[in-house]
Amino acid sequence: MDTYINKIRELSLKLLKKKEVVKVIGFTKGTLPMATSPIAISLEQDVEKLIFNSTCGLNLANYIRNHKGKIAVIAKGCDSRNIITHIVENQIPREQLHIIGVPCKGMIDKTKVASLFDDDIIEFSEDNDTLLLKSSSKEERLNKQDYLRENCKLCMHKNPVIYDDLVGDLVDEQTLDTPYPDVEQIENMDADTKWQHFDKLTKNCIRCYACRNACPICYCPTCFVDESGPQWVGKGQDKTDVNTFHFLRAFHCAGRCTDCGACVEACPMDINVRDFTRKLNKDSFELFEWEAGLDLTKRPPLDAYSPNDPNDFIK
Amino acid sequence: MENPYMPYPVRIDNIEIATEDKSLKTFKFVILNKEDEKKFSYEAGQFAELSIPGVGEIPIGIASSPVEKGFVKFTVFKAGVVTSHLHNMKEGDIMGIRGPLGNWYPWDKLENKNIVIIGGGFAFTTLRSSIIYMLDPANRSKFKNIDVVYGARSPGMLLYREELFEWEKRDDINMHITVDSTDDPNWKYHSGFVPQIVEQQAPKADEDTYAIICGPPIMIKFTQPSLTVLGYKQHQIIMSLENRMKCGIGMCGRCNIGKELVCKDGPVFTLEELNQTPKEY
Amino acid sequence: MKFITIDKKDWAKGIEKSRKTYQLFGPVKDKNGFFIKSLGKDMLPDMDYHDSVMSVKSVLFPQTENILTTTLDEAQEDHHIMKRAVTDYSPRAVLGIRPYDAKAIELVKLNFDTDDYKDPYWCDAYEATTFVGLGLNKPGPFDFSSSTGSGPFNEEGLDVLLADLDDKYLAKVLTDKGEAFIKACGFDLIADDKESQALFDILRKEAEKNIVSKISTDKLKEKTILEIHEAPFWDDIAFSCINCGTCTFVCPTCWCFDIQDETKRKASTRIRNWDTCMSPLFTKHATGHNPRDTKTQRVRQRFMHKLKYFFDKYDQGIMCVGCGRCVKSCPVNIDIREVCNMMNSYEKQE
Repeated sequence: MDTYINKIRELSLKLLKKKEVVKVIGFTKGTLPMATSPIAISLEQDVEKLIFNSTCGLNLANYIRNHKGKIAVIAKGCDSRNIITHIVENQIPREQLHIIGVPCKGMIDKTKVASLFDDDIIEFSEDNDTLLLKSSSKEERLNKQDYLRENCKLCMHKNPVIYDDLVGDLVDEQTLDTPYPDVEQIENMDADTKWQHFDKLTKNCIRCYACRNACPICYCPTCFVDESGPQWVGKGQDKTDVNTFHFLRAFHCAGRCTDCGACVEACPMDINVRDFTRKLNKDSFELFEWEAGLDLTKRPPLDAYSPNDPNDFIK
Repeated sequence: MENPYMPYPVRIDNIEIATEDKSLKTFKFVILNKEDEKKFSYEAGQFAELSIPGVGEIPIGIASSPVEKGFVKFTVFKAGVVTSHLHNMKEGDIMGIRGPLGNWYPWDKLENKNIVIIGGGFAFTTLRSSIIYMLDPANRSKFKNIDVVYGARSPGMLLYREELFEWEKRDDINMHITVDSTDDPNWKYHSGFVPQIVEQQAPKADEDTYAIICGPPIMIKFTQPSLTVLGYKQHQIIMSLENRMKCGIGMCGRCNIGKELVCKDGPVFTLEELNQTPKEY
Repeated sequence: MKFITIDKKDWAKGIEKSRKTYQLFGPVKDKNGFFIKSLGKDMLPDMDYHDSVMSVKSVLFPQTENILTTTLDEAQEDHHIMKRAVTDYSPRAVLGIRPYDAKAIELVKLNFDTDDYKDPYWCDAYEATTFVGLGLNKPGPFDFSSSTGSGPFNEEGLDVLLADLDDKYLAKVLTDKGEAFIKACGFDLIADDKESQALFDILRKEAEKNIVSKISTDKLKEKTILEIHEAPFWDDIAFSCINCGTCTFVCPTCWCFDIQDETKRKASTRIRNWDTCMSPLFTKHATGHNPRDTKTQRVRQRFMHKLKYFFDKYDQGIMCVGCGRCVKSCPVNIDIREVCNMMNSYEKQE
């Protein structure tokens, strides 16, 4: 990670110095041991604030809209795919972006790590594949591979798909025979069990919309849940309204979601929002051979018509 | 203590289309219970929540005057969910009103003063309430000169036209009615924007002169320099604000400008007060 | 003031006994941590918890609450005439809440219980509730409650304060409500006042030693609202914010709400829901104009409200009790401690 950080700072400094970009969007150290925070750096002396490690789980494509001038952005594999989606969906022109690609070695599941401790973690560091954690009662050395986020474990696009610079050598990509084992598990449930699964999943949802707001593809100026004329969904804690939000949001993301995991990362209630979105990803893959954010020349399948589109649903 | 969220049941007694484009209607409500009517005792400048069960509530300035008894009147612009629904309601329908809410124009302080009322577009409702209040025979002697500058886009967009033209004929109030422009050859009043008419027609300020302004943000913004030219100081300029509201009683938190809550500490503020708060309105 | 010793072996029995009079609430473990929940039959509060994900505010101020009801059926005589929604305000006791949460209730009270208006839903719930606090022997690393006017053994807002002494609780009975609850539990082993207070003092001091996180608020009052409002740091603070409502919902002192009408068939209910100043909808006018249209404006509003407007308006300190929930829950780690210190130390450059 240290080599990544050095390279990120070096490239950022160069870009700012040569005035090729007005700012660099990256991650900075947070105030909690496993926290990092998106930051925009516009002054040369501030590039030292940029860091990169296994806790940079948010998606920086969410921060590239509405800037003036050319910007640089640090992009993991998933961020880069969402950048492509942004370009395809006319949210930003390619020319306005300088993409500093990061071959990603996976982000850690902070909740899983925290669950090893009864008290708050006060120190975190990592050394290659080893995570070092400390609370006031104990220390843990963990193998990073055992604590990867679920989406990272299943990731087949760790390397940036689009970039102007790379901060390190490309990493090996994995191929998976069953890329959607979790979805299959839910698909195999009977209707009642499935319903119970989703009810349980959203039980503690407080409708803070962190999942939606952390999501790079949820950029609608007015989300359907916020629309008042007509109002589609009740705004209270009624179970039906809460679930309607989650289901509909997932459908809105169909064919556009890159499974970056930002929604789960952001959720303060540890709801695995991906249980909703991944079903649509799987369908897009099976019906349209489509994975979002891999091709600058193609619009998402539900956004375009092709005579070859599957139409088995027409009886 | 009363439940401040409980609306008083009212019946829509009369609905009048208020402007030529039909975007404004004036609703006259009769309060169903006598004891509620007593509780709904208000001052010119206050507002109320119009409450439509099943739809929601909307804060609207009270257009009737404390000296008009037996009904309450509101002129409502069709904008959002509640006002659109209200525009489709009919006479005889039952709904609710909650209030009176907020503060009012500082009538105590304004006694024995010259008053200049400046209004634009459909923000003339509480100003109508104020004019009726001041012109009431029991009150007129409490005030010195009264000037009114009121402007709208076109003659058909002026609210309370009949009353305006009646006041125009009186000698105890100086009316300066204006429209942005008109091709009506019979238009006998002013043409031009409110700030410009204020500068030409409004009296110069002395210590005993106060201006009350109500209008769209753009009008307020450009009227302030005109008043400054005329010598008005910040504490002599009184304004009524609008912000999104829900509770109307200072609890739900959304209408604040700095530490002031527009619904409870306002909606009436002097420019002097507003200059000490963030411009979040 | 009265102290009672409660042997932990008698605790469950006493709690059970109190159910005759009280509906009970207390910490319960759920999939992502502890929550203060209604304790159903056979459920005991988990008094070994450290802190809860959500605060105690929902006991008095549920995230969704019916306030008025009516029928829209014009065949009914009282159609479109609203009535107060029926809510059970029989006595409740919340067990094991942390002192900072009780302090928060007192701050929220300033909003809902005023000279001009009383919010009947909040006030009735407050009236019905007995708050049994549990001192925090080992505050966590992100607890900064001792610099917000609260602290691990702060009594403000509590009816009873319990100290955990391993095999027993020492209860400090602070109010008549507290006395009634202790009586309803049948706890009657009176402890010596002087010794007990001395013990509480020791525990408090020991606990406070554990508090490593602090904020400074001493200079907030002397600056004007506009000075801080116009400070140059707000864009930087707000950059990472995604404008979710997490910070406001987990906050024990955030009280803002929305009112909505919902209708099922002909039955209409006016509901209030928690709302958040982070949402653009919070202030958006029907015309589309929005006085707090940008993310920076909304982030600034939250911190200004908590740390400046509230301070100026009520002169009761800041509207933050230092529980650290927003710090831990914020998806992008915007830290109120840092923001508070920036506001406090800010000097306007002439």
